[in-house]
Amino acid sequence: MSPADTLRFATRAALGYPQRTALMMLAMSIGVAAVVMLTALGDGARRFVVEEFSALGANLLIVLPGRTGTGGVNPGSFVSSTPRDLTTDDAAALLRVPQVKRVAPLAMGSAEISFGGRLREVMVLGTSADYVDIRGFGVARGQFLPREDFRRASAVAVIGETIRAELFGNQNAIGRMIRLGDRRLRVIGAMGPAGRGLGMNSDELVLVPVATAQAMFDTNSLFRIMIETRDRESLLPAQREVEKLLGARRQGELDFTVITQDAVLGTFDRILGALTLGVAGIAAISLAVAGILVMNVMLVAVTQRTGEIGLLKALGASRRAIRFAFLAEAALLSLAGALAGFILGHAGAWAIRLAFPALPAWPPDWAVSAALGTALATGLLFGVMPARRAAALDPVQALTKR
Amino acid sequence: MAQIELEGIERIFRLGDSEVHALNDVSLRIEAGEYVAVMGPSGSGKSTLLNLLGLLDRPNSGHYRLEGRDVTTLSADEQAAVRSARIGFVFQSFHLVPRLTAAENVALPLMLAGVPAAERGVRVERALKDFGLESRAHHRPDELSGGQRQRVAIARATIMRPAMLLADEPTGNLDRATGQEVTALLEALNAAGTTLIVVTHDPAMGARARRRLLMEDGAIRQDVRNTPAAAPNPP
Repeated sequence: MSPADTLRFATRAALGYPQRTALMMLAMSIGVAAVVMLTALGDGARRFVVEEFSALGANLLIVLPGRTGTGGVNPGSFVSSTPRDLTTDDAAALLRVPQVKRVAPLAMGSAEISFGGRLREVMVLGTSADYVDIRGFGVARGQFLPREDFRRASAVAVIGETIRAELFGNQNAIGRMIRLGDRRLRVIGAMGPAGRGLGMNSDELVLVPVATAQAMFDTNSLFRIMIETRDRESLLPAQREVEKLLGARRQGELDFTVITQDAVLGTFDRILGALTLGVAGIAAISLAVAGILVMNVMLVAVTQRTGEIGLLKALGASRRAIRFAFLAEAALLSLAGALAGFILGHAGAWAIRLAFPALPAWPPDWAVSAALGTALATGLLFGVMPARRAAALDPVQALTKR
Repeated sequence: MAQIELEGIERIFRLGDSEVHALNDVSLRIEAGEYVAVMGPSGSGKSTLLNLLGLLDRPNSGHYRLEGRDVTTLSADEQAAVRSARIGFVFQSFHLVPRLTAAENVALPLMLAGVPAAERGVRVERALKDFGLESRAHHRPDELSGGQRQRVAIARATIMRPAMLLADEPTGNLDRATGQEVTALLEALNAAGTTLIVVTHDPAMGARARRRLLMEDGAIRQDVRNTPAAAPNPP
């Protein structure tokens, strides 16, 4: 029997039982669609985070208090053992590093904001004028924090879009005095709707000068220092310079950590990549289930068509021909199901993109080819047993069975 | 050299603890072109004999020489090749593939033998015409009458031009008139030179055969030859 005839015969056989074929295809397509959609979702989340970080600015250094690496003994170790805080003086000193373009010290805490009898709890971020440029936020009304010495605690605040809407509604917020914690501050600006912003959504923030925040929370320390370098190439030299400078400022003790944007990005990329892989693995279970279904359907087909198999043998079909005919049928069912699932999955991913425009939910190529490959492989693998059973049937018994 | 030579054939089936001798020391010679009716009560071993002759079954002992070649020792696939080239089967229940059209059913043996599609078409068309089925070529078995179905089955059995035709109760599922048509068709093929071996319960059909084998308990009790002239005319 020629391959073309085997294929034609298998196609006729598959089409001869439309309901069975449809159900089989449905099972297989759900498996493939699940892989395509879930990996689209997972990969979409990964891309979303990556893009989010890229939007932050590619040449970003972040200084954290405390040490993450393990080092040897240095002179500083004998002076003190507790990590020293990062201070606004550190931040100011960093401006002297030649590769550094902008510096924003960050101090965070939560406080109660009130205006006109309305109260709510808000996150307060103490920072400086450059923060808005580093993060790429936009100011909708008024102005951002004034450019001034980091130590100066001006009584001004810039409020996020949600806070503005909740406290002021349609009134003009600029120039109004609000109470934040135990201080009275003048609102000098309102942020535009930031939409998305990783971790810190500017919509719900109140931004004040860093010294104001420090005074409010009664602390000298900084939560982070954000540094923007002049360009991407100066990122690594800047990292070395920053470490050298801060190290010198604390007598050689490196109780702080300077990380690059790329390191953070790489971590997220790995975590979310692993997540996508895990989700794909879970979805692949449904493919295995579909494969077992192919086997079940093909076993039923062998039982159903016992008489036909006996006849084919009587007409001179070799075991090989019968095996290939049934294997081809299993492969066709799997392939058709996989293609249907592929289309279904892409439709699903498209629906996700429609529902969540922010999420670039495109299934990764590897997942799509893996899903199609797995579908075909499981179909063939689970088709082998029924095909062998068909080929091994005793023709006399097969012919007498109705 | 006879076309078919059976020598001391034994076929034993095991049913639980007991053994059933379906064929017991059967020896038989059938020449090319013979018309043989195998008769006997149920369970006498007629069908087992036919299955053995058609290489669908293997004897437990004894030898089967087909056209001088010992076929009992062939592998399953070698036997399949012999069936494909030399043997045609006609069944009581027709055994047509329900999802295939008449033409596709007739083409099955050619397809299995790997005959190219273009040549298949020509041969199938000719066969359907020979059996008066050209208008039914694209009908499926459930759209055909019993007689038409058996004609399709016979067309399929003869499309490879086999040396012998094995028929197991070919008229068993047909009414009398249609049965006679089918019998006539088989006899015409026999007249053209094909060996015809028919298992039948129908004494009328048995009487028409030139040779009758009467089986009982797995053995051939009678082997009667009629001269064609002595065959009684059908009522």
